[in-house]
Amino acid sequence: MLYIECPWCGFRDDEEFHYGGEAHIQRPTDPNELNDEEFSEYLYLKSNPKGVILERWLHSRGCRRWFNVLRNTVTNEITEIYPIDTLPNSKEGTEYYGQNWRRKSSVEKTIKPREYK
Amino acid sequence: MNKQLFRVKDLGQVDRSKPLRFKFDGKFFVGYRGDTLASALLANGIHLVGRSFKYHRPRGILSAGAEEPNALVQVGEGNGTDPNTRATQIKLEDGLIVKSQNRWPSLLLDLGYINNLLHRLLPAGFYYKTFMWPSSWWMRYEYWIRRIAGLGEAPKGADPDRYEKTHAHCDVLIVGGGPAGLGAALAAGKTGARVVLVDEQDSFGGSLNSNTDCTVDEHTTLDWRKRTLAILEGMPEVILLNRTVATGYYDHNFLTLLETVSPGQQNQSEYKTRQRLWKIRAKRVVLATGALERPLVFKDNDRPGIMLSASMRAYLNQYGVSPGNRVLLFTNNDDAYRTAISLKENNIPIAGIVDLREDPTGELVDRIRHEGITLYPGYAIVSTTGHLRIKSVRIMKLNDDGTKVIGNAKDITCDSIGMSGGWNPTVHLFSQSGGKLEWDDKFERFLPKIANQPLISIGACNGTQSLSDCLKDGLKAGAESARATNNKGRAPGTPRVVESKCNDERAIWIIPRENSYKKNGKYFVDFQNDVTASDISLAAREGYRSVEHLKRYTTMGMGTDQGKTSNVTALAILGETLGTTAPNIGHTTFRPPYTPATIGAYAGRNVGALFDPIRTTAMHEHHEKFGAKFEHVSQWMRAWYYPKPNETMQQTINREVKAARDSIGLLDASTLGKIDIKGLDAAEFLNRIYTNSWLKLAPGKARYGLMLKEDGMVMDDGVTTHLNSNHYHMTTTTGGAASVLDWLEEWHQTEWPDLDVYFTSVTEHWAVASICGPNCRSLLAELAPELDLSDEAFPFMTVKEGDVAGIAARIFRISFTGELSFEINVPRRYGLALWQALIEKGEKYDICPYGTEAMHVLRAEKGFIIVGQETDGTVTPHDLGMDWIVSKTKNDFIGKRALSRSDMLKSDRKQLVGLLNENENEVIPEGSQIVEMLQPSPPMAMIGHITSSYYSPNCNRSIAMALIKGGKARIGKTLHIPLKNKTIKVKVTDTLFLDKNKELTDG
Amino acid sequence: MKKPASNQGMQGLRSEKEKYSIFSLARNSLTYHENWSQAWRSPEPKSEYDTIIIGAGGHGLATAYYLASQHGMRNIAVVDKGWLGGGNTGRNTTIIRSNYMWDESAGIYEHSLKLWEKLSQELNFNTMFSQRGVLTLAHTEHELKEMNRRVEAIRLNGIDSDVLNPNQIKKLVPIIDINPRLRYPVMGGFIQRRGGTARHDAVAWGYARAADSLGVDIIQNCEATGFIIEKGTVKGIQTAKGPIRAKKVGCVVSGHAGVLANLAGFRLPIDSRPLQALVSEPIKPILDTVIMSNSVHMYVSQSDKGEMVFGAGVDSYNSYAQRGSLNIIEGMLAAAVELFPVFSRLRMLRSWGGVVDTCPDASPIISKTPIDNLYFNCGWGTGGFKATPGSGHVFADLIAKDEPNLISAPFSLNRFISGYLIDEHGAAGVAH
Repeated sequence: MLYIECPWCGFRDDEEFHYGGEAHIQRPTDPNELNDEEFSEYLYLKSNPKGVILERWLHSRGCRRWFNVLRNTVTNEITEIYPIDTLPNSKEGTEYYGQNWRRKSSVEKTIKPREYK
Repeated sequence: MNKQLFRVKDLGQVDRSKPLRFKFDGKFFVGYRGDTLASALLANGIHLVGRSFKYHRPRGILSAGAEEPNALVQVGEGNGTDPNTRATQIKLEDGLIVKSQNRWPSLLLDLGYINNLLHRLLPAGFYYKTFMWPSSWWMRYEYWIRRIAGLGEAPKGADPDRYEKTHAHCDVLIVGGGPAGLGAALAAGKTGARVVLVDEQDSFGGSLNSNTDCTVDEHTTLDWRKRTLAILEGMPEVILLNRTVATGYYDHNFLTLLETVSPGQQNQSEYKTRQRLWKIRAKRVVLATGALERPLVFKDNDRPGIMLSASMRAYLNQYGVSPGNRVLLFTNNDDAYRTAISLKENNIPIAGIVDLREDPTGELVDRIRHEGITLYPGYAIVSTTGHLRIKSVRIMKLNDDGTKVIGNAKDITCDSIGMSGGWNPTVHLFSQSGGKLEWDDKFERFLPKIANQPLISIGACNGTQSLSDCLKDGLKAGAESARATNNKGRAPGTPRVVESKCNDERAIWIIPRENSYKKNGKYFVDFQNDVTASDISLAAREGYRSVEHLKRYTTMGMGTDQGKTSNVTALAILGETLGTTAPNIGHTTFRPPYTPATIGAYAGRNVGALFDPIRTTAMHEHHEKFGAKFEHVSQWMRAWYYPKPNETMQQTINREVKAARDSIGLLDASTLGKIDIKGLDAAEFLNRIYTNSWLKLAPGKARYGLMLKEDGMVMDDGVTTHLNSNHYHMTTTTGGAASVLDWLEEWHQTEWPDLDVYFTSVTEHWAVASICGPNCRSLLAELAPELDLSDEAFPFMTVKEGDVAGIAARIFRISFTGELSFEINVPRRYGLALWQALIEKGEKYDICPYGTEAMHVLRAEKGFIIVGQETDGTVTPHDLGMDWIVSKTKNDFIGKRALSRSDMLKSDRKQLVGLLNENENEVIPEGSQIVEMLQPSPPMAMIGHITSSYYSPNCNRSIAMALIKGGKARIGKTLHIPLKNKTIKVKVTDTLFLDKNKELTDG
Repeated sequence: MKKPASNQGMQGLRSEKEKYSIFSLARNSLTYHENWSQAWRSPEPKSEYDTIIIGAGGHGLATAYYLASQHGMRNIAVVDKGWLGGGNTGRNTTIIRSNYMWDESAGIYEHSLKLWEKLSQELNFNTMFSQRGVLTLAHTEHELKEMNRRVEAIRLNGIDSDVLNPNQIKKLVPIIDINPRLRYPVMGGFIQRRGGTARHDAVAWGYARAADSLGVDIIQNCEATGFIIEKGTVKGIQTAKGPIRAKKVGCVVSGHAGVLANLAGFRLPIDSRPLQALVSEPIKPILDTVIMSNSVHMYVSQSDKGEMVFGAGVDSYNSYAQRGSLNIIEGMLAAAVELFPVFSRLRMLRSWGGVVDTCPDASPIISKTPIDNLYFNCGWGTGGFKATPGSGHVFADLIAKDEPNLISAPFSLNRFISGYLIDEHGAAGVAH
């Protein structure tokens, strides 16, 4: 049973939370610009990494706020928790974000980069 | 008749003033309070207690604890009976009733023993090689295999007992209340840390209870234990849990502890808890789980009377029970010597000590020699006799490398054997936590190596042997763990321990045969599943070389003991067979629970009424009074229909449906999801979420909306109303309420945080009564005199606020039936009052409450869809013929892009159409499949299915809706519905069955 | 529906391995079973193969076996990072059925079921396929209607299924509680009598032995660490034991499909999630039928050894740790006790987790990939075991012909671009 630290409520068992899957899949600014293949990438394709993952959680049985988590999918160790509209701070988080395949994909190029706080 | 012939006078900790009567296989016996079932049976001279799983060989009590593979019994009777219970862990109580298992007709004479005679035909995995002919017969073979397999019997009825769960947090959780664990608790407790100490035994102390040959600070081990416990009990922050097994070690230092609150088997009181599952989150965990003694693998080493050396010592010193009248010890280390000394001190005849070691030395050995006990150094047992109880053994000398036995055989008679093959640290929990193990060559065992959670292993489970070291480690670990959780304090000084030193062991995994060409006899490794050394080498020869293959092929370690006494031996033997070493073999994964754990405890109280909450509306009481039948809709109980005496369901539905169109129908619509939306950007947000446009919706006006998933599939629908500036009231389907709120919040928080909009669920805040039909306006006028309800003042798809029956209400003029209709929303606590007022004043109009079934018919007559019935997650708005609600002008909304994918544009997609049965009075079963080309028999190609189907009293015929491939193009065509016993002919139409010319005002 | 495999495999067996039978057992008992031939060799990898299958689970071994027995290939290797059958093949609850709603699903699963019915004889290895029936329960009005849609579709696809009312269910499963006052009462169900269970390990071992006897090299403890790709075409793989060239490569690694796709430079619509299961202590027979309840997320059967085998739901989060969260187990056991009160006093003996590859539409992927001659078979999620023979059979066909056949075509990766998903969980619908 994962022990997740909600930024607003503190540590809680994972059964209080709702999983939101991979983080930082931003919605295309204008999906109409994408062809079917590109749209399918945004809609369906997953990084599904073995090791470090940046993911979204919702404290659905608590404050009902979304936030981001850096977790290791092999050990389930959680090493960073950061607001939903920011990028990770930790070294491994920043590295993973930078090297993630989406950064190079044509889809992300069509997205007006979000002003992360 | 209290004759416990093997009870030793004045020895042990049982309470001799409290004799307890119990029944084993129909015979009465007596033991004492403080006994386990096993110790009580042994006190009565009973060693034979069970039969093995495969060969049904007679088996005795091997151990004194959780590792017991043999002594499994059926405890209690009726619905409270427990199969497969370890006699070594059953607390004896008065009136206990116990039966042996897996034998027929009796324990002494078991026909299953025939398997033992056929054993040559039944090697490991024999069933994979046979029972294949004739091919159709497997189920017949299997029938008998199933009946022979299995151990005890399940109860026949519901469990009379109650189980609870409790959550806890602590600084330091200590698992194991032996010397190391007690030391850790003492040190941690002194710092004021929140400590939980658990032990699976009835009493704390572990080895202190049986290794009475040492002293701690001049106290006997028992005294030191008593003093320590007294101190711990005085510490307010320390929780002591005995009879509590740490069953599982999960992520982030989350553990489950299964506490047996009342061990009583016939505990029938519904208010008394039998077991409690602790779900505990510990900042630090100290594992002091001890070690388990290994049996030796020699010919026919499974006879009743053969037990583990330390267990024999425990029965003697803790329970005052003598194992027999002529005891032989067989060992590869010093442990058996301690047992021998205890036996000697109590004048129990010893047949000798057979020691695999060529030249055992040390103080224990000297003591034995000095006591004049016969010692056979460098000898091994090569065979045994005795069917229901060990009678004699044959021993021979080992050659230098222990691969052969040489010289003359010597026969020794005995009635019990204490054996010791060394010790396996209990690393189960450490391994469950994700920790890595390391092989220790010196003592041939696995030790904890790298932990990946905040824990520490101490004492015997970490390979520590001497009592003094265990105490030292314990105190240190306790203090450190406490400090690591911000408690201050230092470990108390280590007590002075007087004990005799133990020396190394000589590991010989399989005792050599008397003569290598004779291959008879069995060398058991896993006693419960009858896995022998030759089974293991057979598996290896056949290519099952991974330890997991070995386990699965031979069932090694898969019994109820999970191989506690056998796993390490087995993989060492596998290693030898493959010419490699145990570390290269690796080990099987340790899985929760540590010992088998009651399923009821994991279910806890979440059964029966508490399995899942039931939601009811404010008017529920009234529906019940009206004799309503209810249906489950997600967690809600909704009034389904209101039958009058001797009405059929169809008659009721017809009556309700007609009333709604002829006069007034009354529906409890409270369960619809309601979300209150506010904010400067509320309209913009709705515009992105719904398929149609929302920017220009004036205050006071309502609009129907459809929500899509990003993949273009219909997700939910409902009417949303612009109450006043930037304040909206959204309704959703009953089942979709929660997921829609999540959906809105997710998009807002994760994609559009810049939008100023707020969502609040108000589903439970409003009770909703919906009245519809030609007379509903007059009724409402009576109840809300100061409201102008004229079409001009209160047009379709608008909202008004005002008093209804003296209750402040929000009234929506919206319709799910096509009829003139008002949905009256009042605060929940006034719901019943509103409902009663409507019924009263409505009487002169024959107002008729209708349920969900009539609602379905009414909306179907008008071709309105229900999400989840006309849709199933694969249906787009266009498939539903609802193009009108998909904005052509909006550049984007959730799901828009997906609608233009190539497969979405195909004309042969399944589309919603109406169907008319050529037999007007026959209602087609919902879900029926539709075909174009009828075949004499299946298989035949299906082109769609019925989504809704009813008898419509207003159309005086049956009507149906269906999703059909290329449906729109088929309108006017005839299709077939082949049911199991008949075929129905249907005509394809549009989905508007009533009011074809749209004369109804609120369509 | 395609014809089941012929038994060329068997001829291969006769030529190379001693045939298993009661007679060979008797014969070998005279020599204390010391002369049994190896079920499979443990060869070192050659430098090149015609085809390499990554993943020695049931699906991978079956693929290799059918490549050899159906398509006459001989120069085949199956590599695995661990021991054969060690993934989800050895961790599932062994339920076998073909009563799916969509035609495409019915196609592949029924193809598979037909192969199951002959498998023990074809492989000359007792897979203990036991057609004890799979009963799926309905607990609400809505579920009953959904059930009827399902049952009618199954029937018209020519697959067996019977609807049962609560009393018929009680007769078939005496220990079930059909009290209508239950929170989720048993309102009905449908049974596929041809469905049942099999011995999961035996399936892997049987295919391994049969494939080995046809010359397939099964190379265990040899992790695939990368692909050799030249000009968009796969030419082999990198492994713990060095590079191995190959003309074609098939990946059947369930939970790790995403990891391998990543190595090949593309992504899959797959999330890897924990799926948990557990068994009780063995007891004398009390349950002959396999019971499934989707609305309370519980399925259970009793093994030949006597253990009650429970399957739970999938954990919500991605993980490669073969463990899940306790609350999933608690919820499932509460449902089990609710339906089967006698389970309360039984004891959980062992619980474990697997890593399942879940697709957005809960349907598998059997497909060519952006890399030529590289094929993927994955996305089986919680339902892979029952498909083992069929999946291997059609995947072998795809690899051999480089073209999907009628059964596998709907499961190509293209569906995620065109939008023609085969939504098996969507079919559950939303309550109105």
